[in-house]
Amino acid sequence: MVCNICGKSQATVHLTEIIDEQITELHLCEECAQKKGAQMESHFGLSDLLAGLADLGTQFNKTKTEPKLKCPKCGLTYEDFKKVGRLGCGECYNAFKEALAPLLKRIHGSTQHYGKSPKKIVKIVKAKNEFDALKEKLQKAIQKEDFEEAAKLRDKIRELEKKNNK
Amino acid sequence: MTLDDLLNNTGEWIRCTGPVCDIVMSSRVRLARNLANYPFSHWASKKEQEAVLWTSKESILSLKKLKDSLFVEIGKLDSIDKQFLVERHLMSKEHMIDAENKGLSVGQDEVISIMINEEDHLRMQVMKSGFNLKDAWQIINDIDTELGNSLDFAYSMDFGYLTACPTNTGTGMRASVMLHLPSLVMTKQIGKVLQAITKLSLTARGLYGEGTEASGNFFQISNQVSLGPKEDDIIDNIDRIIKQIVDHEQSARETLLSQNREALEDRIWRAYGTLKSAHIITSTETINLLSLARLGVDLGVIKQADRTLINELFVITQPAHLQKLEKKKLSPNQRDVKRAEIIREKLGK
Repeated sequence: MVCNICGKSQATVHLTEIIDEQITELHLCEECAQKKGAQMESHFGLSDLLAGLADLGTQFNKTKTEPKLKCPKCGLTYEDFKKVGRLGCGECYNAFKEALAPLLKRIHGSTQHYGKSPKKIVKIVKAKNEFDALKEKLQKAIQKEDFEEAAKLRDKIRELEKKNNK
Repeated sequence: MTLDDLLNNTGEWIRCTGPVCDIVMSSRVRLARNLANYPFSHWASKKEQEAVLWTSKESILSLKKLKDSLFVEIGKLDSIDKQFLVERHLMSKEHMIDAENKGLSVGQDEVISIMINEEDHLRMQVMKSGFNLKDAWQIINDIDTELGNSLDFAYSMDFGYLTACPTNTGTGMRASVMLHLPSLVMTKQIGKVLQAITKLSLTARGLYGEGTEASGNFFQISNQVSLGPKEDDIIDNIDRIIKQIVDHEQSARETLLSQNREALEDRIWRAYGTLKSAHIITSTETINLLSLARLGVDLGVIKQADRTLINELFVITQPAHLQKLEKKKLSPNQRDVKRAEIIREKLGK
């Protein structure tokens, strides 16, 4: 088989391209394949793809987000992210939340994680939920002027605070 | 354990001990994690990278499962050793570049491996023989939980585990299987299969991960979505789809055998004959011929070799392996000669 590009040398590299679910096969010689490979890399890096998508969020809120977005923790700007396709640190997700959410939606079809979480975080969240629930009960008890109940709840909250501060 | 010990060992997937390992070579699950208090690898200073390397190393080596593991600093390896680790699927090609402050830990049987300071601070993978994603997930899940006791991972209640590239955020999980599908290729059904896969938000790649072509009829299929579905659901989804592809390959093999037995056996024996007698052979030709030989073994056409031997040949005929076996640098031409020699010797036994 001869090369599809130069039509001279023996084809030794066989490429399958999938564009819009259309499959095309290319048979290339070593030399043309290398050229094609370099072309594909410069045209088709993941960061380029991401960069294209990364505009989604900012276009949406152009008036609001015009001042340059910058992560307060690591100093990476949203412009940097658009260039390299990589964020700078965990805090970036918070700093660029508005712009990232539509991007994540486009990539994953979702913006909410439901999977595993670190044990430490689970503990903190549990404690916080418990704490919030008690506080709410306390408010209600005070409103109802049920001071006996309120005193009990106050003691429970103090106990919890002590435990969590340890 | 040292790097050279690996050369004399065979990883679990090579020994082909897992289920359905005639069609599914290996099952792999990897998790991406980052330490909360440091910038991601590409954005971190050299000092911060170093701190990530040593902090992670300490935690990794304190794990029961990785106590006697191999630990290497990639920056201290020569290019052949780096390539050698890539060829064994223990680390990515990206991990070879800008190797300062990059690390790699490899456990017993090469089932567990953890890259430090790759795109994410930690890229941990478990690779099991055959069709066994569930076990692979269980092992890596335990390791992740244990590491989480000593390391604080970057995590948000909304987006889950935070990664350098938003494509990995959420579970940080990529589950993949390496399939050998010669009959679907021969019967020209593979295009349809690959099309269907992309519609189900899975992706197919070649033998060596990102950016490689599918050679030797090998296809690595993995999930694309990491944010939203739970880990178990991601695994379940791939599991179901792979089962169907395996069934298709199985029936394509039966069809080929019943309708075209002579032609198929002819191709297999010619491939085996070339492998047994060639004196110069490139790695591409080797992979393609070994693929046919493996099909021959699976179908019981070739009885002189077994899957373990064929799998081993896939690995040891790669460029860096040849050079490590020969203990010196070899030019591409010298490698083609050495490769042919090793194959003849191994198949001639």
